[in-house]
Amino acid sequence: MTDDKDVLRDVWFGRIPTCFTLYQDEITEREAEPYYLLLPRISYLTLVTDKVKKHFQKVMRQEEVSEIWFEYEGTPLKWHYPIGLLFDLHASNTALPWSITVHFKNFPEKDLLHCHSKDVIEAHFMACIKEADALKHKSQVINEMQKKDHKQLWMGLQNDKFEQFWAINRKLMEYPPEDNGFRYIPFRIYQATTERPFIQKLFRPIASGGQLHTLGDLLKDVCPSAIAPEDGEQKTQVMIHGIEPMLETPIQWLSEHMSYPDNFLHISIIPRPTD
Amino acid sequence: MPSSLLWAVDIFGRVYTLSTVGQYWELCKDTQLEFKRVSAVKQCCWGIACDHQVYTYVFSGDVPIRYQEETYENQRWNPVGGFCEKLLPSDRWQWSDVSGLKHQQLDSFTLPSPHWEWESDWYVDENIGGEPTEKGGWTYAIDFPSTYTKDKKWNSCVRRRRWIRYRRYKSRDIWAKIVSHDEPDQLPDPFNDISIGGWEITDEPLGRLSVWAVSLQGRVWFRRGVNSHNPCGTSWIEMVGEMMMVTVGLNNQVRAAGRVQALLPVLRAVSLDKGTQGLNWEGKGLNSALKVTVSTSPVWQTGSQVWGIGCDDRAIYFRQGVTPSELSGKTWKAIVSGRESDRSQTGSSTSLLSAGCFFTDDIQNQTSAVIQGDADPSSDTELAVPTSPGSALLGAAAAGNSSGSQAETSAPLPEDPLHSEQGEAAAASATNEKANLEMKPSANANPPAEPQWINIDLKEAQKQPVLSVSSFADTSSLSSLGTFSVAAEDAYGADEHPLWAWVSGGGCLVDLHSPLKWFTAPSSGLSSSVQSLSLSITPAQTAAWRKQIFQQLSERTKRELENFRHYEQAIEQSVWVKTGALQWWRNWKPHKWMDVRVALEQFTGSDGMRDSILFIYYMYHEEKKYIHVFLNEVTIIVEVLNEAKHSFALYTPERTKQRWPIRLAAATEQEMHDWLSLLTMSCCESRRIQGPPSHHAIWSVTCKGDIFVSEPSPELEAGPQLMPCDQMFWRQVGGHLRLIECNSRGVVWGIGYDHTAWVYTGGYGGGFIQGLASSADNIYTQSDVKCVYIYENQRWNPVTGYSSRGLPTDRYMWSDASGLQECTKTNTKPPSPQWSWVSDWYIDFSPTGGTDREGWQYAADFPAPRSCSLLKCKIVTNGPWLEVPPVTLWDISIIPSSDADDEEAVALWAISDKGDVLCRLGVTQQNPAGTSWLHVGTDQPFISISIGAFYQVWAIARDGSAFYRGSVSPNKPAGDCWYHIPSPQKQKLKQVSVGRTSVFVLDKNGNLWYRQGITPSYPQGSTWDHVSNNIRKMSVGPLDQVWVIADKVQGSHSLSCGTVCHRTGVQPLEPKGLSWDYGIGVSAAMFFICIG
Repeated sequence: MTDDKDVLRDVWFGRIPTCFTLYQDEITEREAEPYYLLLPRISYLTLVTDKVKKHFQKVMRQEEVSEIWFEYEGTPLKWHYPIGLLFDLHASNTALPWSITVHFKNFPEKDLLHCHSKDVIEAHFMACIKEADALKHKSQVINEMQKKDHKQLWMGLQNDKFEQFWAINRKLMEYPPEDNGFRYIPFRIYQATTERPFIQKLFRPIASGGQLHTLGDLLKDVCPSAIAPEDGEQKTQVMIHGIEPMLETPIQWLSEHMSYPDNFLHISIIPRPTD
Repeated sequence: MPSSLLWAVDIFGRVYTLSTVGQYWELCKDTQLEFKRVSAVKQCCWGIACDHQVYTYVFSGDVPIRYQEETYENQRWNPVGGFCEKLLPSDRWQWSDVSGLKHQQLDSFTLPSPHWEWESDWYVDENIGGEPTEKGGWTYAIDFPSTYTKDKKWNSCVRRRRWIRYRRYKSRDIWAKIVSHDEPDQLPDPFNDISIGGWEITDEPLGRLSVWAVSLQGRVWFRRGVNSHNPCGTSWIEMVGEMMMVTVGLNNQVRAAGRVQALLPVLRAVSLDKGTQGLNWEGKGLNSALKVTVSTSPVWQTGSQVWGIGCDDRAIYFRQGVTPSELSGKTWKAIVSGRESDRSQTGSSTSLLSAGCFFTDDIQNQTSAVIQGDADPSSDTELAVPTSPGSALLGAAAAGNSSGSQAETSAPLPEDPLHSEQGEAAAASATNEKANLEMKPSANANPPAEPQWINIDLKEAQKQPVLSVSSFADTSSLSSLGTFSVAAEDAYGADEHPLWAWVSGGGCLVDLHSPLKWFTAPSSGLSSSVQSLSLSITPAQTAAWRKQIFQQLSERTKRELENFRHYEQAIEQSVWVKTGALQWWRNWKPHKWMDVRVALEQFTGSDGMRDSILFIYYMYHEEKKYIHVFLNEVTIIVEVLNEAKHSFALYTPERTKQRWPIRLAAATEQEMHDWLSLLTMSCCESRRIQGPPSHHAIWSVTCKGDIFVSEPSPELEAGPQLMPCDQMFWRQVGGHLRLIECNSRGVVWGIGYDHTAWVYTGGYGGGFIQGLASSADNIYTQSDVKCVYIYENQRWNPVTGYSSRGLPTDRYMWSDASGLQECTKTNTKPPSPQWSWVSDWYIDFSPTGGTDREGWQYAADFPAPRSCSLLKCKIVTNGPWLEVPPVTLWDISIIPSSDADDEEAVALWAISDKGDVLCRLGVTQQNPAGTSWLHVGTDQPFISISIGAFYQVWAIARDGSAFYRGSVSPNKPAGDCWYHIPSPQKQKLKQVSVGRTSVFVLDKNGNLWYRQGITPSYPQGSTWDHVSNNIRKMSVGPLDQVWVIADKVQGSHSLSCGTVCHRTGVQPLEPKGLSWDYGIGVSAAMFFICIG
């Protein structure tokens, strides 16, 4: 018998095998070996790549080193998106390990945010959690928490402590029993094919008639292009954490079990591979 | 918590029940009669119908109510014809009772009332004291009266045999009229009030009930002989006194309202019990007076529950906050459940909303608050619109005095003066009773004439053409809403509110831990969404989308991780430490508790596996020292039964061999549970065990009632290197059970100390294991009750006779069963701090050997005379268990798995705590709880049962004899008949266990026996072979593995009692095995073990 708790565990312990290689134009003193790492899907690139940075800095001249950034097949990778989302959006259906190019020069100012320290990541992460709780509980839950609880959420993510994180995050996933769900579902929909960064709207988990909204209802409402026309075949994939949940899945359940640690449901819509 | 029922009568005399787990009033199955009073306990309900006759309603159950009639046939030998019916004139009758003093012919037995039927014809009992007799069940003696033996000797001059016949109570699930043969003329005036109670009278046998009634003239009657085997009782006897009303509490505290001069009611308490305390009911909190207060109900923590009916709105109220210290409680809470028949109408949102708004202003406000707080503005207005006119109109209806509206009611009917008069009377009586409740002389109540006390406030059911099937429309409010008559369908919803005349909560147990749905159910506009939500959530467990997510996640893990495990982890796992102060049972003499510092260090190995070490730092002769345990070596962590300390023990294989675990104690229960939870989690983590136990898991319960489960490894039974059982790892599962039974298809059942049956839900964790190590969906509240016994010892001396003054060498005057430990009533504590007392001390009249009238047992020297007192205590915990009501069980057996497919039924046999043999139908892997019990008839109560892999059912009767059930098969789940198997060397047997083919029995002296000569064609076998002694319990597994709990096993420090042992060398050709392998022992004494 399977338990919904196991989903939380699977989501948390999702790992992407990654191969980091240094960009060919970077000037090195000797040849840079590729670096292999298991990246946690739920974390952020700049949070978990200290080892990568150290590895490549060893072969580089000190004066050549400036802020590290990552790129996949020509696309700069936004560190403020969770790693799993970046992979689903850009590299699904490709061969593993995921091959990421490491840059130390020519920081793409217009594509990426600077990340000079872990505090920036923490600030971004906490801002997302607060925004999500504003949608879910009018910020009531997050505001009732103490500073140390906020810290525990962040430390849980930073140190990959599932229990530590969920001891607090559990409260963010609760709702009054009479409500049957959150006020609004915190979600973001990303499309690989458009310029627009993501879609985010107010969406309730329960229809006015009382029935549960599903993933399909959400997409129909905010991103109809993601859904196959009545007669046509499905041209897109709707990915969360590397899987394609059925469109009949209740959105409330997804929000409770498959949100990223920032409490958002990050949904990637990518073209379905043709073969 | 089992569900129980609240009974109520509406003003039309219809009887409804409301289940504590339900949301709707359900009409009583038997609707032929109209009632004015009901009084309920858990197992039945008594009522006075409109014809002034008394009826009783007994729930149908899976176990029949049977009564065994017996008579003896006596014969004497004479030289001419041998044994014959001709007896000497001085002899007893040819047919007599067991003593021979009463003449009892077969045809002199008649059914006591039409509610009984014969189960079969008379037949001869061929079983004497556990031994089968030959030759037609005759037992022989030299002369009457004498001791009889089954062997016929040269001097046997007389013989007798027992005939038995069962009768069965058939009037279940209907109202059975109580007929009084004996004294029809003694009951001149009809009954006016009735009350049932006394189900917790401490010095009466279990199942006895006490029924009291008051007649119109105020005479008080008591019904004799009412118990669970005789639901109707035998006869009425008149009690002295003149009363108006009577109520009986759980301890047989009878309270009656007497009628003193000038019709001023005074509450008088008649005490039949020392513990009676006068309760004074106050009507605070509710502006309308309550008409009736009835029914104390047995909730342990609160002492009693109080229900009432509002006199204006006729709604049923529940008194909140009634505790032993505050008997008057806090507030009245209205029950807003609708009737089941109303549900068909909830399609229209109007009726749905108005149903909730009918009661009081308080609730109405709350309702709208909820709506506004939640929904967005657009839907808000939509919902609010029907609310306001609805409530306005209802307010008007409710404002009218109920008596007035009742009088109005008759308008559409032919004018009936009597009826309206009754209406007034009812109103007056309501006011009067208000005074009654407040225990003040009622100044403003105009004392009407006699009819007031008749209390017939039932309305004639309106037999006019009704608007819909479910119509109980109160025409009074309809008429007052005359202008709405066109929209009658809509306004009609408002009138759905049932008007109640009487309520009885005697059988209703409100569980404080799981809130009732009664008070909120239809009160919010969201209820439609609640319904649709619950519809879509329940199948969610099996929904396709859910399965797909699980499947895809595991595929994803495989895809992304399988071939890359050698990659480095991005985040290094740091060492993590929890420290604390505990006490440790030091391992040098003198043994005692000493304060220590402990630290749990968790670290992640290079392979990503987590492991932990527990350090214990202590002082030894001023020197700092420590011991440490690797948690991946720990085999079990158990709470240790200790009334003073919150202590637990850690075992490793080495420490199990030495029978010397690490014992630690925490200052508080919370602290201990934190440590237990953390240590258990760390152990599971280091062994990579997570999630629910597999179907092949081995389950066991400790003598404390804790439940443990272990995953068997293949090496346990086969392979070159047998795994010793002291290396098995046991983890705890929440809950509290006395006995557990499982099979290898994941069907697990347990029985609590209070004999409640529980079925495993597939979850894990519970108890102290909270949070993530515990599943969320399958954990439910569980409670259990057990008894604590102490003994009072006395000695005879020439001056005062028996007294509590003993000799200095004697045992304590108050002691435990062994007499070695002093136990007084005041110093006896519950087994552990998690338990709480739920009863007062009372004397046990039923220990083995019997007692005199005051509960004493005698002997020439100690250990006696003594009397046994007992006290009940209760634990409330949670775990992956669901109750299987209603039958309480003594023993249970599940067929070891066959290779059958998932859909096939699993054979499950059980013995009820009364000794009935039962067979559970409909048990499958998907539905482990099954559907219903099938009763299998026996001639005597049984105590043990076991079913083998090929449907061999063996059982032990209470007299120690063994039985085999013939022809049990999947198509014939109950088999056809019992075969009596003689016991080994006249030992009295107490337990049987059947494996694949082996049959083992255990006798009362601790000997283990193996049944020889069992073949498929002769499943009964031929002889018993002795295997071992000093065995307490045993279990035979599906591969004929033998596990036992053994006593007197040699440990390094002492002889231990209660050690789990595994029989080694069990082979197909050597089913008895060779020797024992000793597992965990000492304080972790396993009590029962079961192999999946």
